Amino acid sequence: MNEYSKKIVKVPTVNLFREQDKDKQPVLDVRNLGIDFGGLTAVDGFNITVGPTEISGLIGPNGAGKTTIFNLLTGVYQPTRGSVLINGVDIKGMPTHKVNRLGIARTFQNIRLFTDMTALDNVKVGMHHDIKCSFLGSLLHLPSYYKAEKKANEKAMELLDFMGLADVADVKAGSLPYGVQRRLEIVRALATDPSIILLDEPAAGMNPSETTELMHQIRRIRDTFHIAIFLIEHDMNLVMNVCEAIAVVNYGRLIAKGTPEEIRANPAVIEAYLGKEEGSADAEN
Amino acid sequence: MQILQYLINGISIGSVYAIIALGYTMVYGIAKMLNFAHGDIIMVGAYISFCVTSYLGLPAWVSVVAAVAVCTVLGIVIEGLAYKPLRGTPSLAVLITAIGVSYFLQNAAQLIWSSSPKNFTSVVTMKPISLAGGKIVVTGEVLLTVAACILVMVGLTLFTSKTRTGKAMRAVSEDRDAAQLMGINVNQTISTTFAIGSALAAVAGVLLCSTVPTLQPTTGSMPGIRAFTAAVFGGIGSIPGAMLGGILLGIIETFSKAYLSTQFSDAIVFSVLIVILLVKPAGLLGKQIQEKV
Repeated sequence: MNEYSKKIVKVPTVNLFREQDKDKQPVLDVRNLGIDFGGLTAVDGFNITVGPTEISGLIGPNGAGKTTIFNLLTGVYQPTRGSVLINGVDIKGMPTHKVNRLGIARTFQNIRLFTDMTALDNVKVGMHHDIKCSFLGSLLHLPSYYKAEKKANEKAMELLDFMGLADVADVKAGSLPYGVQRRLEIVRALATDPSIILLDEPAAGMNPSETTELMHQIRRIRDTFHIAIFLIEHDMNLVMNVCEAIAVVNYGRLIAKGTPEEIRANPAVIEAYLGKEEGSADAEN
Repeated sequence: MQILQYLINGISIGSVYAIIALGYTMVYGIAKMLNFAHGDIIMVGAYISFCVTSYLGLPAWVSVVAAVAVCTVLGIVIEGLAYKPLRGTPSLAVLITAIGVSYFLQNAAQLIWSSSPKNFTSVVTMKPISLAGGKIVVTGEVLLTVAACILVMVGLTLFTSKTRTGKAMRAVSEDRDAAQLMGINVNQTISTTFAIGSALAAVAGVLLCSTVPTLQPTTGSMPGIRAFTAAVFGGIGSIPGAMLGGILLGIIETFSKAYLSTQFSDAIVFSVLIVILLVKPAGLLGKQIQEKV
């Protein structure tokens, strides 16, 4: 492990901010994050900052701790060490739904939509905090209910339309095709009005043309909503094309961070993915 | 004609079971726990109503409002004190706690109101309607019970499908973690569910004791178990299922008492349940979950 931490120092880029994000407060600021499960250290010494309009990626071999990091960032797990700051606020000890309200939303590696609800209702669940109508008002169908409902429906439809899902608004989420479900999950996350959105393997199970489409959509989300995107992905084509900054983890530790070009040339990354020189003979057998 | 009378009585008692079963099923659907103290909330509701009318001499409707208010608060308090600290622990721990809460409520009621049965005065003052030359009698209690059941059913369906809180409940019921990550306060949602379930239990308690006027600390336990059976029978977690299960259970119970045996009516009811579950393990309207392999 120490071997890896020495290598971090060698990585040239420390500040991953895009030009436009320089001197701005990072939307996500992670300091020395670590978590132990019993005796097992799943993540340790993880540092990263993400600028307000940056698209960045988190890559690493299977079991490197990428999803664990996402769970730490969204308050699903409480870290053993270190801190996570979202828009400058420490999430320590906060319940998950409050962490979401600080401006972080996510999708899941294995899609977790509310399958029995329509696509529209899924989006409206994401807008839960935003729909202002009293309990009594909605029960008695007071004018305030219709007003709030109308506004919510309009916004939800707008978001669905943005990802090209307007025509499936009334279809139950569970019966939608796989690729559409992935996109719906992104819409639902957007509905929570985040300042950063975490995508956990958004291209998993997509064919090449769907992946290309997804790349355009990821850029369009950033350019339209002016939010940061942080994604886990195994599709290197997507990562290298879309991400402006990449962090690499292995065995729960950050082994490199930098621009796609820097990452591609980084020996530690190549080693993590392909094994050491001595080990390459084994791989060939 | 007699059979029609039994059917009406069956639907009436079945409607009470349905209202109780709705509470069971909602709590199960959202909090994923079996609240075995639910039946005892019915008893508390009935006692509150009894006290307000008999001791304070206030009108019946005030007693119903009071019962609903007390039970709603009781439901929220029980959830907060007994179940919330156990969130995330194995479901067996919560189940045992629920049984403990059930005994606690029964014994507390025995301390406060003693174990001797009270004579509950019906909240309905309407005169019974005679049909078919007096062969069929429809009491005011029957009309009120069935009307209440339909109202509750329609209200709950609208509530869960239309309102913001209702949608949050469905989201929590389907995937608690995902709902939380979408900014939904799961604890508050579960608390609301207990409030609604307990309010329904209070209504059921008043209706039950208006039909069967003996009130004692164990009044709620048997109807509670029957309603739980009804919820499983109809498919636990499903609102229409609880309704259907409750009414069917009421009808089966009344018919077996009338035509087969009064003593074995419970045995017959539960045998029917066993047979149904053998054929349809998810209950009548329950969703069969296909595990992905």
